[in-house]
Amino acid sequence: MLSNNEILETINMVKEEHFDVRTITMGISLLPCIRESAEKTADAVYDTICKRAENIVKVGEELSAMYGVPIVNKRISITPASLLTANFVGEEIVLARALDRAAKTVGVDFLGGYSALVHKSMTAAERSFINSIPEVLATTDKLCSSVNVGTTRSGINLDAIKLIGEIIKKSADLTADKDGFGCAKFVVFCNAVEDNPFMAGAFHGIGEGDTVINVGVSGPGVVHHALKNVPDADITEVAEVIKKTAFKITRVGQLIAKEAAKRLNAEFGIVDLSLAPTPVVGDSVGHVLEEMGIETVGGHGTTAALAILNDAVKKGGTMASPRVGGLSGAFIPVSEDIGMIESTAAGVLTLSKLEAMTAVCSVGIDMVAVPGDTPASTISAMIADEMAIGMVNSKTTAVRVIPVPGKTVGDYVEFGGLLGRAPIMQVMNVSAEKFINRGGKIPAPIHGNKN
Amino acid sequence: MKSIITVIGKDKAGIIAKVSTKLADNNINIEDISQTIMQNYFTMVMLVEISNSKLDFTNLVCEMKALGEEIGVDVYVQHEDVFNSMHKI
Repeated sequence: MLSNNEILETINMVKEEHFDVRTITMGISLLPCIRESAEKTADAVYDTICKRAENIVKVGEELSAMYGVPIVNKRISITPASLLTANFVGEEIVLARALDRAAKTVGVDFLGGYSALVHKSMTAAERSFINSIPEVLATTDKLCSSVNVGTTRSGINLDAIKLIGEIIKKSADLTADKDGFGCAKFVVFCNAVEDNPFMAGAFHGIGEGDTVINVGVSGPGVVHHALKNVPDADITEVAEVIKKTAFKITRVGQLIAKEAAKRLNAEFGIVDLSLAPTPVVGDSVGHVLEEMGIETVGGHGTTAALAILNDAVKKGGTMASPRVGGLSGAFIPVSEDIGMIESTAAGVLTLSKLEAMTAVCSVGIDMVAVPGDTPASTISAMIADEMAIGMVNSKTTAVRVIPVPGKTVGDYVEFGGLLGRAPIMQVMNVSAEKFINRGGKIPAPIHGNKN
Repeated sequence: MKSIITVIGKDKAGIIAKVSTKLADNNINIEDISQTIMQNYFTMVMLVEISNSKLDFTNLVCEMKALGEEIGVDVYVQHEDVFNSMHKI
């Protein structure tokens, strides 16, 4: 029998500590939709998405009411779109518009997978596809895009990174009236995962089935609250408390994922336990690190604290679900985390420290606004650094950076909603143009060759 | 199907009566009930059987929430699986 304390603990997690299921994401394979023309492919894609995801919003709302846990977003991820457009180079926008329309018809918050995987090399079709990304981000509402430019196994495609730096600049320019908002819907990866339910990087990998439900749970506020109860515990005990909290959160994700898959006639994929902050007070990963004993997130000790947090979250999550996947760890998106925003504004959290933090957490340089006049080659170099950390450490790393047109250090940018607000961060004024222009492929590390 | 109904709020006369009348009206059976005062708040937890409920789950949640607002307390209705998942291995 459940005790009253256990019941009240669960209720308080939602009521006071911002616990939520961040997303139910339906992965849909669109490979059977490839036709001989852009228009016919787009029609098949639209019909398939509308049919498979018809009830995702309704089911999400039913489950939210049934279990008393908010389900914030309903999303779709699709087969990397560059595989669908290879047959009609130059007409990629036709598919993008159909995807956007389908997302609106079924009522989801985002659709991810306008993506390409070019970690080893790029086909002519993939180059054309990547070149279409700025226009797609500027002229669609629901689409998110990603490109994988490196893996531990294959090394890093520096040619792709050079191109992506230019693409990010162009995306910012095309959405200059919205402070470069297009860039907030685009992420570049090393070691991208195929079952990530979170945006902007979700896509439905080619190793996946027809229709799969992946669920992303969150809960920095719950972890923060749990740590407040052990102010004098040693660090081993702190890790234990985080682990137990992560277990509880993930179990709810597992319950909802299984039930959602059943009701939507889909396969249960994975639960992604990621501490994903929102800009509201009480839902910050930065504040969790501060609760652990760092005066301000970004100070010395932050990397160690984050490493403990990330590891404990994974361990608790793994125990709670037979299928933990996606990114599963702690997210550190600057604009989406009140602790990070405050620390950046106070001059404590810098890009260099963020980069170090990404070596021990589940993602990377995320939702970072930089001066609008940052050269494309500098953005490419930031990406190259981050990809190198992912490649050498056999982990996913990502960059989602916004060069905000017309703004510079000292200014703020407001994206609103879950994307929050960010102070423009200082970028090093040192050129990497020669390095980036060399092009070619960065060889894979020796430990990538494991056979 | 079993659910947990939790009522939290300032203590006053008639809370149990109003909540249980509403449940009886909708053919919902109370299988277990406990109440206590925690940190000056009235807290009641009920285990109920809703298989024969006249209302579907979403409507039951809405009706009980509305009743809570009328009385001046918070009323939560949740499927018991969410608690079992979180607290039982």
